[in-house]
Order: sequence, then C-alpha cells, then structure tokens
Amino acid sequence: MTHEIVMAGFGGQGVMLMGQLMTYAGMLENKHVSWIPSYGPEMRGGTANCSVIISDEPVGAPIVSEPTTVVAMNLPSLDKFEAALQAGGNLIINSSLIERSSKRSDVNVLLVPSNDIANELGNAKVANMVVLGTIIAATKAVSQESVLKAFAKMFAKKPELLAINEQAIKRGAALVNGK
Amino acid sequence: MAEKILMKGNEAIGEAAVVAGCRHYFGYPITPQSELIEYMAKRMPQVNGVFLQAESEVAAINMVYGAAGAGARVMTSSSSPGISLKQEGISYIAGAELPCVIVNMARGGPGLGSIQPGQCDYFQATKGGGHGDYNNIVLVPNSVQELVDCTVLAFELADKYRNPVMILGDGALGQMMEPVAFPDKAAEAPAKPWATTGLKGRKEPNVINSLHIQAPDLEKHNYHLQMKYKTIKQNERRWEEYRTEDAELVLVAYGITARVVQSAVDMARAVGLKVGLFRPITAWPFPYEELGRLAKTAKGFMAVELSAGQMVEDVRLSVVGSKPVYFYGRTGGMICTPKEVFGIVKKIMLGEEEK
Amino acid sequence: MAEIAFARPESLRDVPFHYCPGCHHGIIHRLVAEVIDELKVRDRTVGVMPVGCSVLAYDYFNFDTQEAAHGRAPAVATGVKRVHPDNVVFSYQGDGDLASIGCAEIVHAAARGEKITTVFVNNAIYGMTGGQMAPTSLPDQVTTTSPYGRKVESVGMPIKVCEMLSTLDGAKYIARVAVNNPANMAKAKAAIKKAFEVQLSGLGFAIVEVLSTCPTNWGMSPLEAVGWMEKNMMPYYPLGVFKTPEGVAK
Ligand SMILES: Cc1ncc(C[n+]2csc(CCOP(=O)(O)OP(=O)(O)O)c2C)c(N)n1
Ligand code: SF4
Ligand SMILES: [Mg+2]
Repeated sequence: MTHEIVMAGFGGQGVMLMGQLMTYAGMLENKHVSWIPSYGPEMRGGTANCSVIISDEPVGAPIVSEPTTVVAMNLPSLDKFEAALQAGGNLIINSSLIERSSKRSDVNVLLVPSNDIANELGNAKVANMVVLGTIIAATKAVSQESVLKAFAKMFAKKPELLAINEQAIKRGAALVNGK
Repeated sequence: MAEKILMKGNEAIGEAAVVAGCRHYFGYPITPQSELIEYMAKRMPQVNGVFLQAESEVAAINMVYGAAGAGARVMTSSSSPGISLKQEGISYIAGAELPCVIVNMARGGPGLGSIQPGQCDYFQATKGGGHGDYNNIVLVPNSVQELVDCTVLAFELADKYRNPVMILGDGALGQMMEPVAFPDKAAEAPAKPWATTGLKGRKEPNVINSLHIQAPDLEKHNYHLQMKYKTIKQNERRWEEYRTEDAELVLVAYGITARVVQSAVDMARAVGLKVGLFRPITAWPFPYEELGRLAKTAKGFMAVELSAGQMVEDVRLSVVGSKPVYFYGRTGGMICTPKEVFGIVKKIMLGEEEK
Repeated sequence: MAEIAFARPESLRDVPFHYCPGCHHGIIHRLVAEVIDELKVRDRTVGVMPVGCSVLAYDYFNFDTQEAAHGRAPAVATGVKRVHPDNVVFSYQGDGDLASIGCAEIVHAAARGEKITTVFVNNAIYGMTGGQMAPTSLPDQVTTTSPYGRKVESVGMPIKVCEMLSTLDGAKYIARVAVNNPANMAKAKAAIKKAFEVQLSGLGFAIVEVLSTCPTNWGMSPLEAVGWMEKNMMPYYPLGVFKTPEGVAK
C-alpha cells in the first residue's frame, strides 16, 4: 500500500508541520517515507504545499503528482489540487475557510471545520492538528498513537503542548470514525 | 549505526560532515542550500569547529584552499551560481592537489536562473569546470541516506587521492526529508606531511602551490595528475542497477531524476514492458564499462535528466554507437513525473517515437 | 507603514509590489521613481538591479533596466555608462549585494569616480535568502547564520559603507538617510535627488544609503521593525551627509 498525500494551504496554517508529523509517524512504524515541500517564489505568493509518501515499498519519486489524498486548507489549494486527485481518493477540505465543496463525484470528500473546532478547543493554532486527525482516520496510513509519539519527539522541549494537540487530533478523527 | 532520524537533505549533509570529522566550514548563503550553511552555523561551535560566512563564494573556496593546505578536513557548499564563482578556486585546489569537499545543490540555470532543482551543472562538475586539465571526483546521490553516505565517502576519497570531491545534488534532494542513520565515524584522515603547519622542527619547508613556471615541469605535474585520475577511474566507479537483467530499454538517470525514473520503470514493468534503470553514483568517474556492458542485451538506452542533455553524452560514450540512445529532459527547474517518463518509454518501445 | 498619498510616478509601473508588509523597499522604489520623474530623465535612465529581495525591481520601474549578477551592479552600471555617457545610470543594491559579495565593485566604482548613482538599501540582513547575517548586521544580532548572535571577535564589526567610501576621492556625494517617518522620507528623497544631480553634473560617484526594515526576517511586526531600526540601527549608522561637492544646485 502506498499513500501519496498532498497537503496545501497558505503560509502559517501549519501545512508543513502536518506533513512532517505524518512522515515521522510513518518512520516510527518502519514504513518507507518521504516529505518534500514546495519552496521558492510560490511561497511568497502565500500558498505552500508538501508531498508526503508513506509506503510499504521503497519510495521512488518523492514529489506527488497524482495524490491518493489531497488536503486543502484554503481555496487556492483546493482549486489547484482537486483535479489531480486519483479517483476513489480522499479530498479533505477545510470547510471553515472554504465555502465550496468538491466538484467531483468520484472521490471521498471530507469537510472539516478545522478552525471552528480549534476555536472551540480554545486554541486557534491547532486547526492543522484537527485536520491531521481526519487524515489519519481517513487513510489509516499511520496510527494515531504513532502520530502522538512523533509529536512528543518533535516537541520534546515543549511537553505541555501535547495535551491540546492530542485533543485536536482526536476531534478530527472523530469526524471520520463517528463519536 | 544509530537509530534513524527524520532529516532534511541539506541538514543531513551537514551532520554527515561532522561525523566525517569536518571541523572547518566556509560558505555563503544561496537558495536552495541555505539550510546547510545555517546548520553548520549552529553545529560547528557545538563541536569546537570553525564556521565562517565568507563575503562571497570566491572567498569561501579560497578559505577552503587555505584550510585544506593547512591539513584540515574542510567543506564548502553552494548552489549553481555560487559554484560558478568557485571554479577558479577549484582549479587551483585541483592543481595544488588539496583534499576538500564541495557541495552543489544545483538549481535551474543559466545565469540567475531559478531556485528550483536542476541538473544542468553536469558538464561543469564532470568535465573540469574551471581552467586546465583536471577532474573532480563527482558523487551524485539520490536519497537523503545516500547524501549522508556520499558525504562521508567524499571526505575519505578527498584525503585518499588529495583531490577535490564534489557532491552534486539538487534543490529537491536538499529540501526533502527522509529517515537517515549516521555511521559512527569515517575513516581517519591520513597523515598530511605536506601540509603547511609551520616547520615545527621539520627541515624542508612545505609549499602549497599550483604554479610550475617551467613548461616541462608543468607537463610532468600534469602527467602525474593524469596518472592519479587513471587510478581513480579504475578504482572508484560506483553505480546501481534496477531491473536491468532483461531490460530492452535501459533508462539512465542520477540524483532526484533517478527516483522519478525508478517509479516509471515500475509502471512500465506493470504493463509488461522490459525496462530498467542504470544509475551512476559517481558521475566522474562515469561507469562507462558497466553501462556499456548492458548494450549486449539492451536494444536501446535513454538518458533522463533535468537539463537539455548533458549526461546523455556519457551514455553515448558508453555504448559507442552500438545501440540507439534517446534523451528526455526538463529544464529551468521543472521536474518530470513518472507518468511523463512512462509515456516517453511507451512511445519508444511501441515504436511511435522518431529517433 | 505610512503610505505616501499621491499619484503613481510615471517611472513606476502600475503593478503591485511583492514585498512583505512593512518592508521599506517599496517606499524607496517610489522615491527613486519620483526623483527620476522630477529630473525629467526617464527617457535616458538605465537602472541596474541587484540580486536580493529587489531582484524583481525591473518589473516595477518604468524605464530601461539591466539585471546584474549578485554584487556586480556597479560594474554593470559602469559598462552601461561608458557606452552611453549621456544616460542616467544607477545601481540599486542591498547590503549583502553591495557590502559583501560586491564590495570590490562598489569600492572601485567609487574610486574611479564613476559617474553613476547608487541607491544602497541597508536592512542589516539578507532578506531574500531567508535572514542570514549581512556585513551590516549589528553586534549580537541573531540571524540564521549567527544563531548565537553576531560575534564580533570572529566576524568583526558591521561595515559602515558611507564612512568607508568617504575616504575615496572619486566619491563626490555620500549620504545616509532613512524612511521611517515623513520628515525623514522627505530628506531621503532630497538626498536621492542630489545624488542624481551629481551624476548629471558629471562630477563623479554618488551614493545614498537608506536604512531599511525587514520585518519578516527580523521576526517583527512592521511597527516593531521601525522601532528596532530607530533604537539599534540609527545609533550605529548615523544619518547625515558625509560628503558633498561644491557647486551642485541645492
Ligand atoms: C553568486 C550568488 N551567491 C548567492 C546568491 C544568493 N543570494 C541571493 S540574494 C542574496 C542576499 C541578498 O541580501 P541583500 O543584498 O541584503 O538584499 P535584501 O534581500 O536584504 O534586500 C544572496 C546571498 C546568488 N544569487 N548568487
Ligand atoms: S524579506 Fe525582508 S527585505 Fe525581503 S521583501 Fe520581505 S521584508 Fe522586505
Ligand atoms: Mg539586506
């Protein structure tokens, strides 16, 4: 099984971190993984994206051109990557900021009001973690436990952050798994 | 080998250099390798090393000349426009036979070009680059782990042959994160009795120099260099093959492009097309013989590069006209996709492509 | 940041700047464009652009431009000026471009008394490449390549470009200005104008250093950035005219 995921949004939405956490979690599960960001003038324009691959096989091309999952944190990202998504793939849309849903009927659309949920949790910054929860629940590419472990490792110096981020991930996952 | 950690290519090179015993780094910022100079800025003081941001790439490579001549394991890094500026110094380093490691995380050219990944510095890296008859050893890794392995190897080869070694990567390899493990350490640097350490009791002064003002002396020196290059060509060719045993079409690619091509090979195999990948790990010395051997079984070859066609010349030299050699490339910082390469493969193998 | 509330000068194209909020590059472009308009030399101006955040300035200026290699703008400008002595030629350069990699070119253009004008934007950092140390970064300033602060024992004190170039006979007009408030903006514009007038009178080399902000890589809001500049840069880089020729119209 190979998960090829594109995560996109504007700078500051934590898209890169989301991707890195998933990649880290995949590594902890001894899977083959890679993460590669877009970089350069594109970022100045405000949108940033990264490609994440989590696979049982060694990873070939790290830049994903036909994703199995697309995560759109803002409208320009949805416009840009919606068409590239493979049929049957997951389209995860940040419905707090994106008013439209998908034009496609051959994909699994998940609307995640991530900013609203984050605000409910009392920390606007964890919107990306809500989405991350949805991604892992929808793809099962890595387990929630591994993501939390990855988080604890990446933020070893700030253990106090874990609890709120864990809550956010769980809320995001619940959108898929039911309460 | 320690446990695996997730690291960016650029930073992994920095850590590998530390493992290899590099304690002197001179550089100048440029995208897409700035994470490497920034890593060294942080890391060198932690290991009692020297980090210095030079005023330019010209200065940085000459600091490398001085430090290498003084006996240190030393590194510099840049990306294409900066590597062009280093060429003068590299020529002097090759002439004076100094060991050092130069990293080029290449981007699209010519000129200021773009900051996206490129492989259009292949000629510059493998055919000399600066003035004079000389060669750099050129390593072309294709993963973050191989960046680490090649960095360690680069320091060893540099010392072994007293020769500049270039790691030719690209923007994508530098930016991507993959799990890596670091070796505990590299081979010890050999004694460097030729280094300018101050006489300290030695009778004969040491001179680091590339000037041989009498033509016969220079010719003799050049013969000596050529003999050394011959030894390197014999001993240090490195490559990897993927599904080439029965391949009718052999794709040749290095670095990030080899990753794309490997995915394309799998797509082709899935529909029964006999396609394989030959991947040089040393671009100089190029594995001519090993690639040439495949001409016995393969019906054709195709070089895939992020350039307008540079390595393809070495592919042609490998098969010396015995089989058709095709080329597919993207330039400017654009990267081809596996599907795109698969499309070209289908055209060639199903006879739709004009030569 | 205070917007200058008047019509777009003819020397600026009608395209939005790509600069970050609170960046001074845009203001400085506008001042240069206004001066060129006022001197009525748009027709014969050639600007030489650097490598730095203002690398795309050729998209903004509405006159002929050349894009130079990193640091080489004064040499490129020399080439242009020597072909067309009647042209009004200027280089626009950042502190990394001018005071680091291009230090030789600026010193020698000034020493030759090259009849060009240089607009030097000093923001104490490498903006474009993501916040590395510049030769003008202040002592103890934290940047991505001075993560423990600029250590002067190892890399020396920041270069004061105006003071350094003032020792050269060929440099005829040298001033340091800032655009942190309307009064200083007016002074900056006057200095830039004078620097072009020196060129027009054929007197020699002229340079105006503009202290500038980089909120993005300083990690500050636009307002904080202006405060930081006033508090830290201005004492080390005093504003003023360092050199002025006699006989140039005020
Ligand atoms: C030969 C070469 N080396 C390095 C670079 C990378 N580079 C681009 S801009 C820049 C520094 C820009 O800083 P500065 O001149 O201060 O301009 P700012 O962006 O701050 O306005 C560098 C190092 C390059 N383009 N060419
Ligand atoms: S990075 Fe700094 S210098 Fe560049 S546009 Fe942004 S604020 Fe201006
Ligand atoms: Mg600057």
